[in-house]
Amino acid sequence: MILNLIYRSLRQHALSTVVTAASIALAAGLLLTVWVVKTQSQSVFAATNSGFDAVLGARGSKLQLVLNAVFHLEASPGNIAAADFEMIRRHPAVKAAIPLALGDTVQGWRIAGTVEALFNNIEYAPGRRYAFAAGGRNFKLGEHEAVVGSYAAQRLGWRVGSTFHPHHGLSADAGHEHDETYTVVGVLAPTNTPADRIIWIPLEGVQTMSGHNPLAKTELSAVLIQLRAPAAGLMLNNMLNAAGGKLTFAYPIGSIVAELFNKISWVDRVLTLVAGLVAVVAAGSVLVSIYNSMSARARDIAILRALGARRRTVFGAVVGEAAVIGLLGAAAGFAVFAGLAAFVASIIRAQTGVVLEPLQWNPVFGWGPAVFTGLAVLGGLVPALKAYRVPVAETIAPVS
Amino acid sequence: MPLLEITHLTKTYARPGGGAHRVLDVREFALAAGAQLALRGESGTGKTTFLNLIAGILAPDTGGLVLDGRDLARLGEAGRDRLRAETIGYIFQTFNLLQGHTALENVELGMAFGRGVDRAHAAALLRRVGLGDKLGHFPRQLSTGQQQRVAVARALANRPRLVLADEPTGNLDRRHGRESLELIREVCRETGAALLLVSHDERVLAAFEHMQDFSAMNRALGMTAS
Repeated sequence: MILNLIYRSLRQHALSTVVTAASIALAAGLLLTVWVVKTQSQSVFAATNSGFDAVLGARGSKLQLVLNAVFHLEASPGNIAAADFEMIRRHPAVKAAIPLALGDTVQGWRIAGTVEALFNNIEYAPGRRYAFAAGGRNFKLGEHEAVVGSYAAQRLGWRVGSTFHPHHGLSADAGHEHDETYTVVGVLAPTNTPADRIIWIPLEGVQTMSGHNPLAKTELSAVLIQLRAPAAGLMLNNMLNAAGGKLTFAYPIGSIVAELFNKISWVDRVLTLVAGLVAVVAAGSVLVSIYNSMSARARDIAILRALGARRRTVFGAVVGEAAVIGLLGAAAGFAVFAGLAAFVASIIRAQTGVVLEPLQWNPVFGWGPAVFTGLAVLGGLVPALKAYRVPVAETIAPVS
Repeated sequence: MPLLEITHLTKTYARPGGGAHRVLDVREFALAAGAQLALRGESGTGKTTFLNLIAGILAPDTGGLVLDGRDLARLGEAGRDRLRAETIGYIFQTFNLLQGHTALENVELGMAFGRGVDRAHAAALLRRVGLGDKLGHFPRQLSTGQQQRVAVARALANRPRLVLADEPTGNLDRRHGRESLELIREVCRETGAALLLVSHDERVLAAFEHMQDFSAMNRALGMTAS
């Protein structure tokens, strides 16, 4: 019977039901988005290492080095000598060392000079190697050829055969255009890593490009390193990061990225606080919505009581109504979340190349709606208590 | 044994400014099963309080009130709620239909808190009162007379042993009032329910073979208790 009463009351107060559920949907959508983006970006960014264990670069911040060499964000902390690359490449603990030369762009998209081995030998994720879209191939050293990440190619409208002139510097406004003309010979299949946003050219192309300092033509921005065993990382860490050295060995990449999230954890807390406040406001809206209609409902409740309904029945009906509004709002919140999270994920992908999958199962999908339903029930308790106390005889009829 | 038997029933209300006001003091009253009785009384004589006490909506201060073999004065609120839901039908002057419920749903409410909803029975009752084509209509879509007939059907929905009617024709014009009264009496006869009606309308009272003066019955009139 209570379900019938709830259904009919929701039907009778359809407009306020929809408005209240919509406010809960917005709050739930916001909370789900903040939570999913927060937890998933932390785990995805920490797991994004493009298949490498460590990065070797100039003396400076490990975080800056990782952001620059792995995520292709920030500026390079400086260059290292070719001899340093040779030293690390020949080290018995190193399985693979991929040099990078960074610093040029095309229409704001970053160019990275590297070697063919990156696309031939490296697994960017366990069991996954770089692949080329149909008709594409790897660049050849010594040639003015380029391989373009899938996202960059899509946004630039490039395909095999497209040509471009690299632009000196990371800012599209500063620097100048180099004379060399590069031809796209391959477009990478999507990897959902920062590599998707990069235009890859042969290493010496960057080093010897017209306008670059000829004295630095053998220098590198960073070296991406695969180790034979994790324990070697600690040994190299101690050896290369020793005081007074000229190099930075960033290892392990995941922990260094986690540092970034620790530094910006206040943003998480602020967003979570905002989402929590929105949730409380939504619960308040349930309270106000039902409470305001209680004067009009008091007579209906008195009638139900006169027909034999117990106090606990009308109490349960009001609480149940609040719970259903909460459930409806939470369910609609998933639609808000799907839209909002897709938007946020697209921004993160555009800025970093890292792809979030917001619809992947997250525990918040279970406890989030439960929290909102619980808050709605809390909001319904006050009007339910009012319903419980409705004086039947005084409310129902004029006394004769 | 009568269906309803009342002895020394009293009810006192607290005054807003303090003190108490005894509104009801009925020494003896009885109603046989299936009987139809009208109580005459002007406004403010405690008729509604009397019906509310019989219905278990109010609890008496003192006295015995035995309905269908059960003493309401000894039942707690939940027990009185159950007795009301299973044994009593109540027709109000203002009909008291739920505006958000259709005619059929309103009638179903009459049985919802007792032995459970029987949709076919609810529909049959509405057909009996001439509203077979209005089952899905909301109260606002019905005339005053039709709303009263829904209220009658609702009062009979739980197959009550006793129907209480509080000025049931007070909001109807003369013709509709007469028709409604005939309908209430007919369906009570058909179902075997006893009918206890209170009114100040002489035309209504004249229709009953048995009538008592409630003003004379209620010894509290004119008295003030502290």
